[in-house]
Amino acid sequence: MAGKTLFDKIWDKHVVHEVENGPQVLYIDRHFIHEVTSPQAFDGLRKRGIGVFRPAQTVATADHNVPTENQHLPIKDELSRRQVEALISNCKEFGVELYGLGHPWQGIVHVIGPELGITQPGMTIVCGDSHTSTHGAFGSIAFGIGTSEVEQVFATQCVLQKKPKRLKIDINGELKKGVVSKDIILYIISQLTTGGCTGYFVEFTGSTIKSLSMEARMTICNMSIEMGARGGLIAPDETTFEYLRGREFAPKGEEWDKKVAEWQQLKTDEDAAFDKEYHFSAEDIEPMITYGTNPGMGIGIAQNIPMTSNGHTDPALRKALEYMDLKGGTQLLGKKIDYVFIGSCTNSRIEDLRMVADLVKGKRKADHVHAMIIPGSKQVEQQARREGLDKILESAGFELRQPGCSACLGMNEDRVPKGKYCVSTSNRNFEGRQGPGARTMLASPLTAAAAALNGYITDVREMIN
Amino acid sequence: MEKFTTLISTCVPLPYEDIDTDQIIPARFLKATTREGFGDKLFCDWRYDETGKPDPDFVLNQDKYKGSILVAGKNFGCGSSREHAAWAIHDFGFKVVISSFFADIFKNNALNNGLLPVQVTESFLNNIFSILDDDHEAQIKVDLENEEVTLMESNLTENFEINPYKKLCLQKGYDDIDFLLSKLEQVEAFEFSLMKV
Ligand code: SF4
Repeated sequence: MAGKTLFDKIWDKHVVHEVENGPQVLYIDRHFIHEVTSPQAFDGLRKRGIGVFRPAQTVATADHNVPTENQHLPIKDELSRRQVEALISNCKEFGVELYGLGHPWQGIVHVIGPELGITQPGMTIVCGDSHTSTHGAFGSIAFGIGTSEVEQVFATQCVLQKKPKRLKIDINGELKKGVVSKDIILYIISQLTTGGCTGYFVEFTGSTIKSLSMEARMTICNMSIEMGARGGLIAPDETTFEYLRGREFAPKGEEWDKKVAEWQQLKTDEDAAFDKEYHFSAEDIEPMITYGTNPGMGIGIAQNIPMTSNGHTDPALRKALEYMDLKGGTQLLGKKIDYVFIGSCTNSRIEDLRMVADLVKGKRKADHVHAMIIPGSKQVEQQARREGLDKILESAGFELRQPGCSACLGMNEDRVPKGKYCVSTSNRNFEGRQGPGARTMLASPLTAAAAALNGYITDVREMIN
Repeated sequence: MEKFTTLISTCVPLPYEDIDTDQIIPARFLKATTREGFGDKLFCDWRYDETGKPDPDFVLNQDKYKGSILVAGKNFGCGSSREHAAWAIHDFGFKVVISSFFADIFKNNALNNGLLPVQVTESFLNNIFSILDDDHEAQIKVDLENEEVTLMESNLTENFEINPYKKLCLQKGYDDIDFLLSKLEQVEAFEFSLMKV
């Protein structure tokens, strides 16, 4: 019999029931929730007169809507406050653990799950948020769901899902100087397009991936949804186990050894077949930046913005360049920018903050640039302070604020004004994502920090030796 | 959930590719705690200018285009998983979205709310767009039972695919939770079997 992929192994183990000619009932090990996509699901339970079936497998936090200053004060925006209050009362009513504002573990849902060791290899994990794919970095099947599906998981700890197809993305070789994991994933999406992996679940493999830290792997899996994939995963290895060891909810003592032995088996068999494969070479990847209004519209920092897409004059490209007020055939290098946002579940972990601090140490941002750093969680914020990163960042003119999704989606007051350019480490450059009329350019924390220092788009390779 | 069988309607064309859920319903409107009322905010940033004035060039503001079928370019509903996007489209009065390709999560969300995503070939989609260009009153028939979509005037027909289970749910107005709740015993047995290994 032919071997199985890691994805198949985990998926098949979690199938409770198969509807004839229909989807499968998939058992969910961990369910993360937040204030924006859960209230209607809780309401649904109330209407049906039922409770949460397995509350101990559900964890809540407040992140999308929260202010990033003065979190100890009541939220000023009334609608946001009401939504956060609804989460508090719903969690209380249904017995769900909440790490809300003021809790030392509060933060962006995809940052806190891994950091607390709740996310573990071999699990099925869902959340009413598309970037749930982040957790796949631990060798788990993690994907975003809609609110009706959140209600399904509340009610039965299962979701009805059609099994996706398998896709392998293999990246080998050594990364060049100034190139980090965000560049890898922006590069891959630029090659495969935003819809290129729809219907597939990706496994990332190859020596480049193996060499990455957990933080860097999370950045990659995080954005696998941006090429349409249901999710992305990476087989667990020593790096994974080392990251998890000793974390709050990671197994301890004998249980730990038993689990690690189990996790070591979690890999794709050598003779397993994928439905599709792509191969990339790390040497081809340069620091990346986006010029358009979807994450697939990315180029190497020194390349020209394309005039056409695949040789066609494409109305979507035209519309995007109009919105961004950029011209095909020109370079972005030297383009003046107004904002820099370092944060979001893609790049707000301690490693990202260290990377930025390292680059800006002893330097000063350009006067006209607003540079915001939003740590992914309370724990990241504390760690940054312990390491003295706050001092370095603040003296470079970066504003270090409190954790939340912030300007990644502009639900709170952290927004980019109309027409302004923002180099952002987040994952979406859609029209209006960071505020109505805001112009977002996605890049790595290094490229974003370099732009903040110079005040214009800069090739970070010129700043490092 | 509402039942769906057959629909004949005029259409609203939105011939752009990669329309993401941030365009369908911008994040700043996701602060509600109920499912209702999102229709007013559908495509808000395309529909209104900063002062809240409707943009006469945008199709939803044009009287000549009306109907319960939204026709959109390839890769519709990509991006954020927010179900609010499906709620907004449905709340506005659409019952069907036709496109040549749908993002996964959006498709599930739509089906869970009685909004039927109909995936057609690129050439059929282009046909619809060009017919709507000439004749904004052109009607389309969506027949769920036979999995057929027909351009009424020209009688051009194409089949579309839908999962048989989802089809039944739509026809009967059932939802997934009712189904899953009926399987709870099996879920418990599954959990028990996990504990033993
Ligand atoms: S940081 Fe942005 S992408 Fe991540 S969960 Fe929050 S809103 Fe979503």
